[in-house]
Amino acid sequence: MTQIEVTVNGAAQQVDVEPRLLLVHLIREDLQLTGTHIGCDTTHCGACTVLLDGVPVKSCTVFAVQANGSEVTTVEGLEQDGELHPVQQGFTEEHGLQCGFCTPGMMLTSVALLEQNPDPSEDEVRQAISGNLCRCTGYVNIVKSVQHAGRAMREA
Amino acid sequence: MIPGQFEYHAPSTLDEALALLAEHGSAARVLAGGQSLIPLMKLRLASPGVLVDLNGVGELSGIEEADGQLRIGAMTRHSALERSELIASRYPLIADAAAVIADPLVRNRGTTGGSLAHADPAGDLGSVMTALGAEVGVAGPGGERSLSIDELLLGPFMTTLDEGEILTEVRVSQPTDGSGGAYEKLERKVGDFATAAVAVQITRSNGSCSAAGIGLTAVGPTTIRASEAEDALLGSNLDDDALRAAADLASAASEPAADLRGSEEYKRDMVRVLTLRALRRAVERAGG
Repeated sequence: MTQIEVTVNGAAQQVDVEPRLLLVHLIREDLQLTGTHIGCDTTHCGACTVLLDGVPVKSCTVFAVQANGSEVTTVEGLEQDGELHPVQQGFTEEHGLQCGFCTPGMMLTSVALLEQNPDPSEDEVRQAISGNLCRCTGYVNIVKSVQHAGRAMREA
Repeated sequence: MIPGQFEYHAPSTLDEALALLAEHGSAARVLAGGQSLIPLMKLRLASPGVLVDLNGVGELSGIEEADGQLRIGAMTRHSALERSELIASRYPLIADAAAVIADPLVRNRGTTGGSLAHADPAGDLGSVMTALGAEVGVAGPGGERSLSIDELLLGPFMTTLDEGEILTEVRVSQPTDGSGGAYEKLERKVGDFATAAVAVQITRSNGSCSAAGIGLTAVGPTTIRASEAEDALLGSNLDDDALRAAADLASAASEPAADLRGSEEYKRDMVRVLTLRALRRAVERAGG
């Protein structure tokens, strides 16, 4: 076992892990943050997307030990002081989800996009989320949700 | 899916990484971005006893021009290539490819050196670096050495890297006046491997073609250099007839296997189409 220190949603955590433990399993099983989903488990679907030092990555394809010394943001970390993140608000307003399985990953990718590009075009949103698969919405409302969030963040 | 057990090391310098590889011999494997190796380990197709993780070795990342060459550190993420202004302004072939490798999330982790050392015949950067005539820097117990990309890529998932060696950087000659390149990839969807893809880089001087590189992705057991097509372009005036003739030769050089993405005949014809499109764009980018 290796001891690692990871800051998850702002809280420093010390955890003993086996090197082979995947980051997604650390998050879901050790830390009990089950908002991060496991979809394909084969690096295709993006359901397990989290932010690793602000960068969206597939947490099924990173070892937990590799997050040692890093900051991880999961969907549980988006809401602040009882206020939904503008991206969460956008998905609510624009009906950006149906079954909700892809939504946590979709939102984290969107948060990272809006940090870099506060006013993305439809094409830019579609490019950014092209590693996150949704099988319900047809993506139309997801694009609207992200742009809605962008507007809200620019006006804030 | 859970990988087999392994011992994990995270060196912070290249020297430490080399020492760890020397200590653990054939049990050790280098972990770069992990976007190919970790899936293979989860499927238990790879079960290294020791992983030497290069993600903390800062000296292996970076994109810079110096002494007439572009140097890309082995641990440079695909997303860094994709966002680099230097790459966008001077290396259109690399810029084209960097934007279509796997998907954006994979590009945030995957690395140039990892991709080349993995030597997947469907890896986009193999054919790109083949077309550019790149050279790779390698560090090992015996010191440093350089290999041409053709010397590096040996076969499907096989390179000429020796045990204990680390691919440290890729070097490409700086573009000269009249040079241009392009990457054309056919994929069923974002994130899928290419059905077929073609990388080309040409130079035109005094109206005729003075250099040509053509690499083919995912249409053979390894990255293919379309040498006869390259030779046919040399000395030509790069008009559409010359490009069509080269595209036919590139198609003939491909050795595709039928799979879910298409039949051999289909893929061979796509190589022709993609080569022609890539050449036309490269010529346009090379300018008058």
